[in-house]
Amino acid sequence: MSSAPQLDIDHIAKLARLALTPAEKATFAQQLGEVLHHIEQLSKVDVTGVEPTAHASPVFNVWQADVAQPGLSVADALRNAPAQRDHMIAVPKVVE
Amino acid sequence: MKLCDPSVPSVTTTLATSSPKSVYEAVIGLEVHVQIKTQSKMFTRVAAGYGHEPNTLTDPVVLALPGALPVMNKAALDAIIKAGLLLGCEIAPVCKWDRKNYFYPDSPKNYQISQYDQPICVGGAVEIELPGSARNVMGEHKKIPLTRIHLEEDVGKLNHGATDSLVDYNRAGTPLMEIVSDPAMHSAEEAYAYLSSIRATMIYGGISDCDMEKGQLRCDANISIRPVGATHLGTKVELKNLNSISFVRDGIDHEIKRQIAVVERGGTLVQETRDYDGQTGTSQSLRSKEMAHDYRYFPDPDLMPVKVDAEWKARLQAECPELPFAKQRRFVERYQLPYSLTSVLVWDRALADYFEEAATLAGPGKAQAVGNWIVNDLLRELAAAHLTLATSKIRPAHIAALVQLVDAGTVLTHAAKEIFIEMAATGDLPDVIADRKGLKAAPTDPNELETWCRDSIATGAKAVAEFKSGKDSAINALKGPVMKAAKGKANPKLVDETLRRLLAAM
Repeated sequence: MSSAPQLDIDHIAKLARLALTPAEKATFAQQLGEVLHHIEQLSKVDVTGVEPTAHASPVFNVWQADVAQPGLSVADALRNAPAQRDHMIAVPKVVE
Repeated sequence: MKLCDPSVPSVTTTLATSSPKSVYEAVIGLEVHVQIKTQSKMFTRVAAGYGHEPNTLTDPVVLALPGALPVMNKAALDAIIKAGLLLGCEIAPVCKWDRKNYFYPDSPKNYQISQYDQPICVGGAVEIELPGSARNVMGEHKKIPLTRIHLEEDVGKLNHGATDSLVDYNRAGTPLMEIVSDPAMHSAEEAYAYLSSIRATMIYGGISDCDMEKGQLRCDANISIRPVGATHLGTKVELKNLNSISFVRDGIDHEIKRQIAVVERGGTLVQETRDYDGQTGTSQSLRSKEMAHDYRYFPDPDLMPVKVDAEWKARLQAECPELPFAKQRRFVERYQLPYSLTSVLVWDRALADYFEEAATLAGPGKAQAVGNWIVNDLLRELAAAHLTLATSKIRPAHIAALVQLVDAGTVLTHAAKEIFIEMAATGDLPDVIADRKGLKAAPTDPNELETWCRDSIATGAKAVAEFKSGKDSAINALKGPVMKAAKGKANPKLVDETLRRLLAAM
């Protein structure tokens, strides 16, 4: 097991808004390290002449015509909101 | 017109301070967000719109409910490709979608679908005009190079209260273009002109209504300063919330001065985001979001890439309208219009079309008169009556007919003004109004007219003498008595001709 040197589990946990215990950090650091190790192996493959792609199948232009359809009612839209006021979702005050 | 080379600080703004050693140049890049005018959202078909009751424009995709899958809006793709073609961008043959990951309540998914390393439009430029030396003088033209234009989805709107924030997702998922310029502008005036030009281009292309009050056009500015002649870029400050076109100019101006003041005091500029308050004309630093720019972009697996072929591009190219500056150059060339008219006519596509229709109907040599009526009288009439071009009873044919009547001497200028007001009220053609109100120059009997002219010459010795000694305008003094005798209805062309004939024979 080799942990990738660039892996900063605290940073990653913070970006993902995850509060991890030290034991969890150790577990995930190892697992993510193995993933990165695997990627490192993949990056050794010679891909000269291979076109980069984000998708495995050559499917393009999946779209719909711009015709508006009915959406959710306000009641349905807010059904999962733990707090709401004035037909809006109330969240702890956030200032950018 | 000269091209702007961003590496050459061609504009030394009026930022020169008292010390000749510390003359600074501002370097400005703008990120302009433009909402695309579509019926439905970018990746789902619930309606898009402004001014609706909160959270009435949502669906499972907008709210990121489990299992919801995004599907592209074809019209939004058409619109951004058209925008790219209008601004001279390269359209990428293939581009993809990426997830920009961040946690903020304006985004229910915790990511925004955007384009990271494969924007749909690359390069291009925005033609701008800087203010001229006077209102009726054309200013310098430049081309501000673009880095890219990409397509993304807008986010929800937060309403900040005293103790909490309220989230409305109506805006979330609206198709949004981000137009990124090179850091190639050097003054608030250039930024203002740039934004104005983009706005006009998007409205012309039918891509967006660009109403800044409705958030359809939004602007962030990256601003730095450097000593004039330097080629490095200084510490960049991002200025946010430039929510009206004049705030863009004022905010950038304010930030340039602030940066110079900091440096002059011996201080150091820090890279930060500042919020401009247009009401107070001040800015304040927003708490820097730690790691805010670590967005961990990765390709969105739910969306397949976009492939744009030549046929698609050609079809949209065919729909691209002539842009205002090109129209202005053509109006000058074809109609010999002065800048004072073209600079009003070309910025409103409907007004420009209206002018061309009227000028064509009026016939050769009458375009300037047509333009004058439209710019001076029609626009004032519309404003006074709270009408638009489309709702006005005065159609291009009315303007053309009126110009022809005046040109033929059938009606006099002051009668034409009266006819114009009547046209606006009734929509009747000028000829009909002139007859009804007795405003036509009388079909004067040539003998009677000649008698009036002889009388005027006989009693106007001073004017005659002046005219004979070469003062051509002295003839006007002789016209007054003739018009009076004719009760104001003599054809001024005939009066002029008759007087000149009689004077020449003296």
